Amino acid sequence: MRKSRLPISRRNLLQGAAAVGLTLNLPKGARAEGGQVNFYNWDTYIGETTLDDFTGATGIDVQYDLFADNDELFAKMRNGNPGYDLIVPTNDYVERMIQADMLVPLDHSKIPNMKNLDPGFANPAHDPGRKYTMPYMWGTIGIGYRKSAVSKTPDSWADLLTSDEYAGRIATLSEAQTVMQMAMKLMGKSLNDWTDENIAAAEAMIIAQKSRITAFAPDNGQDLLLAGEVDLAMEWNGDILQAMDEDDDIGYVVPKEGGLLWEDDLCIPAGGPNPEGAHALINYILGAEAGAAIADFIYYATPNTAARALLGPEYNENPAIFPSGEAMANSEVSIFPGQDVIAKIDAAWTRVKAAG
Amino acid sequence: MESFRKNIRVFFAFFGPTAGWLMLFFFVPLAIIWVYSFGENVSLTEIKTTWTLENYKRLFESEILVLFWRSLLLSVTSTAICLLIGYPLALVIATASRGAKPWLLLIIILPFWTNLLIRTYALLNILGTRGRLNDLLEWFWNLGDGALDLIGLGALNLLGESFVPIKFLGTPLGVVIGLVYVHLPFTVLPIYSALERLDRNYLEASLDLGASQWRTFRSILLPLTMVGVATAAIITFIPMLGSFLTPDMLGRGQVDMIANVISRQFKSANDWPFGAALSLFLLYITFILLALQAIYEMRKGGQRDG
Repeated sequence: MRKSRLPISRRNLLQGAAAVGLTLNLPKGARAEGGQVNFYNWDTYIGETTLDDFTGATGIDVQYDLFADNDELFAKMRNGNPGYDLIVPTNDYVERMIQADMLVPLDHSKIPNMKNLDPGFANPAHDPGRKYTMPYMWGTIGIGYRKSAVSKTPDSWADLLTSDEYAGRIATLSEAQTVMQMAMKLMGKSLNDWTDENIAAAEAMIIAQKSRITAFAPDNGQDLLLAGEVDLAMEWNGDILQAMDEDDDIGYVVPKEGGLLWEDDLCIPAGGPNPEGAHALINYILGAEAGAAIADFIYYATPNTAARALLGPEYNENPAIFPSGEAMANSEVSIFPGQDVIAKIDAAWTRVKAAG
Repeated sequence: MESFRKNIRVFFAFFGPTAGWLMLFFFVPLAIIWVYSFGENVSLTEIKTTWTLENYKRLFESEILVLFWRSLLLSVTSTAICLLIGYPLALVIATASRGAKPWLLLIIILPFWTNLLIRTYALLNILGTRGRLNDLLEWFWNLGDGALDLIGLGALNLLGESFVPIKFLGTPLGVVIGLVYVHLPFTVLPIYSALERLDRNYLEASLDLGASQWRTFRSILLPLTMVGVATAAIITFIPMLGSFLTPDMLGRGQVDMIANVISRQFKSANDWPFGAALSLFLLYITFILLALQAIYEMRKGGQRDG
């Protein structure tokens, strides 16, 4: 989904790349004794030195691989685990994977740093009791916008999905499910209420708006905003935060109808060669210092209370990272609706694409 | 060539590796896709082969047909433009001096040295509403507007109040530009090779006997290179029909072609059987076109020999 999780500045990006390069290029002789963990993660979604520090602390090497989106991750794991020990799917894909027996239960006794987590994350709907997952980062989907180009803060999905005020200056995400969920929020429904009527109404809404939408952007809405091609973009908060860092004229708001709350989880896929090492890495990441270093670098919201305590107000009180109020109260977590509904959503999306 | 028929071992020594390669990386995967296309999703990850025709029936749903039709229209239009640009280009190269020819060919092939993705990103930069092409158009607009002012017609705003950038991205126009740009070399090279093989004496004879340049082109040059043109049209058209990246990036999700639907079946829709049926349908179209071209070439060949 979030194709690139670019950190907060280009300078950091380069350092991050260098850090990853360093990890991958450790000379053979310097390799540690504790085996190797194959970690499959999103791009630029880890601290600058986290993996090196982990190797230093435990003697376990990390082989770090990147995926672009959940669909790629799922497609890779679908016909058997190609050798990964630790993966980071988003909550609804976690559900898919649990249903498909792709994940193994975690041994909580090997993850003492669980105590650092916000108790609010202890019992999520997608994994009751945290049997299979540990939360890594969370965030929202909302509207990124160019402040000087809007008449008022675009704090409703109507500005994006029904109004003609910003015709030709709008980008939405390209994922059928997400765009239709935001349409359902605008209709005042739950974003998990996938009745046939709601799907049809969402489809009709998007088809009616299609000519005013500039791009169904495959997660590059922030680039379109920065380039001035659009003034409003449905996007992941982290992507817009990156754009805000480059351009003061860009803002982020979670619409009052509520947006989507997502959570990426650390999970151990079935059939991985080193579940022991994976547990050790999970525990390390949930540590206070390591967690703080990661959050400070990638600027997503961490569920790690101990890590937040180490970070300043610039992070903890940033409304784009930690939204609050009515919008936040109305936001929801997406629940995997099952293959039948996925098929209906895709068919509706094909009709959207065929229209016009 | 004759010795292959006499010495079967030499034949297999040459043919074996190719056949093995084709078998392993072309026929086997294709067979798997073919079997998938008769399957049903029984769980999130399992496909049961029930020899159902349901996936093929779904090809005839109206929105799928609309997307097929759009893919056809865009590909036919782009192929026609490629031929219109490509033929004169091939002619220029074929008639160029011995020294210039390799350089001209190099220019045609040069884009292949850069990854398609990179080239498409470059096109994004050129075609955007604030891209280079619109910059150029704005410059021309200012020039024209200034000229009108100069001759005292400025108040009439003949060119409009101000410059309005042309929207290329997210429109069929942008996709066509992208398709033409990417596939033009495929058009030029077969036509060039047909022109190279052509006996120039025919052209001289035609001109000597008093035919005009145009008449010579229409009655001699074009018919004699028609097989090359047909080949160019086919190998330009087929990859266009299955284009994924160009409509995805330059079409911005607004001008999806059929390959975009196929890609979704293997990713977010998680419906491999339907995706398989869609891809095979494209393949069938390709086969039919290739068969037609083979028949055409055979008939042409027959005419010439007879």
